[in-house]
Amino acid sequence: MPAKDSVPGTILIATLLCVVCSLAVSAAAVALRPYQIANEVLDQQKNILDAAGLPTDEFGKPASQLSKKEIDNLYTWVSEQMVDLDTGEFNNELDPTKFDLVEASTDPTLSIEIVPDPYDPGEDRRPKSMKVYFVRRNGEGPIRQVVLPIYGKGLWGTLYGYLALKSDLETIQGITFYQHKETPGLGGEVDNPAWKEQWNGLKLYNENGEPSAQVAKGPAPETDPYSVDGLSGATITSRGVTALVQYWASDQGYGPFLKKLGAKLKEESTADQTAAASQPDNSTNKVGA
Amino acid sequence: MSKKPIDVLVDPVINNNPIALQILGICSALAVTTKMETSLVMALAVMAVTAFSNLAVSAIRSYIPSSIRIIVQMTVIASLVIVVDQFLKAFLFDISKQLSVFVGLIITNCIVMGRAEGFAMKNPAGISFLDGLGNGMGYGFVLLVVAFFRELFGSGSLFGQTILQLDRNGGWYAPNGLLLLPPSAFFIIGIMIWVIRANKPEQIEEA
Repeated sequence: MPAKDSVPGTILIATLLCVVCSLAVSAAAVALRPYQIANEVLDQQKNILDAAGLPTDEFGKPASQLSKKEIDNLYTWVSEQMVDLDTGEFNNELDPTKFDLVEASTDPTLSIEIVPDPYDPGEDRRPKSMKVYFVRRNGEGPIRQVVLPIYGKGLWGTLYGYLALKSDLETIQGITFYQHKETPGLGGEVDNPAWKEQWNGLKLYNENGEPSAQVAKGPAPETDPYSVDGLSGATITSRGVTALVQYWASDQGYGPFLKKLGAKLKEESTADQTAAASQPDNSTNKVGA
Repeated sequence: MSKKPIDVLVDPVINNNPIALQILGICSALAVTTKMETSLVMALAVMAVTAFSNLAVSAIRSYIPSSIRIIVQMTVIASLVIVVDQFLKAFLFDISKQLSVFVGLIITNCIVMGRAEGFAMKNPAGISFLDGLGNGMGYGFVLLVVAFFRELFGSGSLFGQTILQLDRNGGWYAPNGLLLLPPSAFFIIGIMIWVIRANKPEQIEEA
């Protein structure tokens, strides 16, 4: 063995050390990868379910307090499909299980540039196709909620979340953010259950069909069907949430898809009614309106 | 080195605290202390890294060529931090999400490097391990004290359990937003150093 401080000795030690350390690191990464993937999948499912309000409806508590088994059971109510945002049609050529939002929103072949007018989510690109989630009771029957992935800039970084709509596709069911970098206690209050609860029942569009749901500056007026309270001390986060919700609701986001789906649901429920199998749920009520 | 093992373990908590006396590792002490839970996990992560990096560096200390000793220490530390980060992502997913980059930044925490270079390079493996553990505990002690005040008065809770009902949730306590921002940790650490040095005048540096 060469002397410790000689050049060959130094190189030998450096090489040995690198080999041992890289083995340790890769062993840990490979061995723990399945657990990490399971965690990530479970976290997404919890957020989707929470946005749709299912854990509260069915168990009376948020998804974070449910066991893995309960989440798995509840998640069987959810189905996934890819939607082409420009045409608003389903894109069945893409496999929703292979969709990766970060990849799809950065890869130039999978995404388009965002035109920041009139709605500016603060991001450069968005995917051409997005994964959309449908919630049906026990996985069958009429659509109860539609859950749409959304993202946009806050103060410190991008907020990634889900916006759930009720079956009329105009009323918000809930909103969750599964990843963000906002200041805890200020912008981080986007995670506050009391604040998120305010979104339930909010109108996404005004009478002219323009995206209007927003975070108010200060407390939201009681009679305003479009606003939730502003987050105090977090003006930029509040503005960011408003901008991203309105962008994704606009014709540049899910607008075309929601219009087509709405028309389809109306047809179906009319057909249901003529078959005298009418059910008093929202989608059938819409027909009379 | 004639120090008893118990002293090596306990001394860094108050008498020779890495943050309060040596003023090392302040950066992460500002960043992760908004909540008790994240602080505790961060403290445990740092304890694990300092203890095992000290152990590893000490075990191979007689083989490390002095010209590359710092980079050898960094390699050992960086590998350990990645392993710890992987563990957190696998078993404490929610907390690792909140700690985000700060686990990775343990690599740059001066305490870890300082102990490897300052203690483990000169002492046997067992006592170096205890020294790493002790310094991790000293770091964790400061973190938990800071987090206690920041979470209690900034969010009205401890470990996520509501203690002071917040006005925004229909209670009486108006939280102090400053405590949720990093500068507040400076004030709290400053006050801690003041209290410790008032009781232990030997820690006061000469002007």
